[in-house]
Amino acid sequence: MKALRRLLANWLPAYAFLYIAFLYLPVLLLPIFSINTTASPRFPLSGYTLQWYVDLPKTPALIDATENSLIVGIAASMLATILGICAARAVTRYRFPGQRAASGLIMAPLVLPEVIVAIALLIVLLQLGLSLSLFTVVLGHVLICVPYSVSVLISGFEGFDRSLEEASADLGESALGTFRRVTLPMVAPAIISSLLVSFTISLDEFIMAFFLTGTEPTLPIYIWGQLRFAAKLPGVLALGTLLLVGSFILLTFAEILRRRAERRTRMTGAAIA
Amino acid sequence: MIEIADVTRSYGAFKALDNASLTIREGEFFSLLGPSGCGKTTLLRMIAGFDQPTTGTISIDGQPMDGIPANRRPTNMVFQSYAIFPHLNVEQNVAYGLKRLRLDPKEERRRVDEALAQVSLTGLGKRGGHELSGGQRQRVALARALVMRPKVLLLDEPLSALDKKLREQMQVELRSLQQAVGITFVLVTHDQYEALGMSDRIAVMFGGKIAQIAKPKEIYQRPVNRQVADFLGGMNFVKAEIVAENGASITVETSGFGRVTTDKPQAFIRNGKGATLGIRPERLRVLWDGESSKFEVGGKVVDRHYFGEITHLIVDVPGLEKPLSVSETNDFGADDIPVGAPIRLGYDPDALVAMAD
Repeated sequence: MKALRRLLANWLPAYAFLYIAFLYLPVLLLPIFSINTTASPRFPLSGYTLQWYVDLPKTPALIDATENSLIVGIAASMLATILGICAARAVTRYRFPGQRAASGLIMAPLVLPEVIVAIALLIVLLQLGLSLSLFTVVLGHVLICVPYSVSVLISGFEGFDRSLEEASADLGESALGTFRRVTLPMVAPAIISSLLVSFTISLDEFIMAFFLTGTEPTLPIYIWGQLRFAAKLPGVLALGTLLLVGSFILLTFAEILRRRAERRTRMTGAAIA
Repeated sequence: MIEIADVTRSYGAFKALDNASLTIREGEFFSLLGPSGCGKTTLLRMIAGFDQPTTGTISIDGQPMDGIPANRRPTNMVFQSYAIFPHLNVEQNVAYGLKRLRLDPKEERRRVDEALAQVSLTGLGKRGGHELSGGQRQRVALARALVMRPKVLLLDEPLSALDKKLREQMQVELRSLQQAVGITFVLVTHDQYEALGMSDRIAVMFGGKIAQIAKPKEIYQRPVNRQVADFLGGMNFVKAEIVAENGASITVETSGFGRVTTDKPQAFIRNGKGATLGIRPERLRVLWDGESSKFEVGGKVVDRHYFGEITHLIVDVPGLEKPLSVSETNDFGADDIPVGAPIRLGYDPDALVAMAD
């Protein structure tokens, strides 16, 4: 037993490093080949250039696709978070008939095959007479983001002392006032997480967007379209690198915000009176 | 000024409160005392407005509180967990309820400072709500409630989260605070010493019902039944048979203490011929050689426990089913009495309590 433990203690860090390297080294290929002068991704690199990055803003189709993705991402994350706040509050603070069924239905998109859901949603939206556009993409994205936002927000709502809301009422605040002055600030870390998770899912999402978009492609659809042309590859790699760096910065920033909010809402007391 | 009239709170078949009635007077320090699940917290929350009676009415200052939500009642509560808002600092916590009143900023400032001074927290105004110790949080909770100038302050087991020394200190402080501010305090606790030490009157509760309401001394010295007697400290119980009963006194026959006549406690309700006689362990006095008493029982020491200040002796007395528990201070050598030694115990007949079965 002791021998096994010693073995693990020595080799576990090595194993963890190898595991992470296996996952993330391929991603590093993106920035590496994005500065290559030739279009073929082969070692050794034929030369170094930033031409592909410079060319990016010159492609109007790319700019449009980026704009579309941002619009959809922001809209979907905000909608999913608002719906999530309502659902999480209902589930954690009240008891009503059909509660478990409702929770199950909310979580269903997680386990249903995405292609099936996308096609089904397409049929329904067309039946309703809606024409395909970014709006329909937003609807599709909200559907798959809500399970994540609801989970995050439920743990946010459960994580704070219920008597805080009672104390607010006891001191004379109305229900809305309590929500604004106590509940929302306490749930702020979860709200930030929910917005972030939803935005990231929406930005990356291909299947729903593919089925539900009209003439305006989102970024993943644009990238997919470009991959058919070998010459366009370095441009795509450059774009991918930018997305990578951008996501990293966004996530770091949001995590800092979330941790700061969480520190203010967690109780830490000194041991001495 | 708080009228609780035949209040019942049921959850289906289960009754958390069963026809409870009591009146709390203005300016009183009133305690609801009982074990977990007896309904004391349920009652407190109903006075605060967080729960509604299934039947019955609660009135404050003559006004029935039916349908009036918690945020519009003239009460304020100190919660068991203190419920300090961690995202606000101490000043903001205390000023929380004042915001709706839209006071002049100088007046608001003045009231906050006054409240902080009352609980000895002056200078801690800018400390974050999440950075406070247990004792500090409790004081902030008190200040936050008192700054609202409520008619009634409700306290839900406010001292249970504190360590012993702090708890004893806060008991004294709470009592003086109540007397300084002059408003009605209603305290919920399961700790008998807390209730005895701070209250003007106590209501002892079991299983949703109120067993006895009286001043601390009365509850301790003249408990109305075995349950109340047992809950407030140790008690020796002796089976007795009622021989005579009149308005103020009662005479019982026992097989250890003989025939005894003692005061009848308030609300004594006779239940057949049986009764229980009780005497607290500290009211049985060890009689040393040469000492004697008009009232004494004799027996043999079967066990001895040392507790620093006092020693507990277990004494077998012929005629009594169960041995007597005696509590004696150690200044005369009670801790040296050998196990197996014969012993004589003296008592004051006033110390005997007759309780209904």
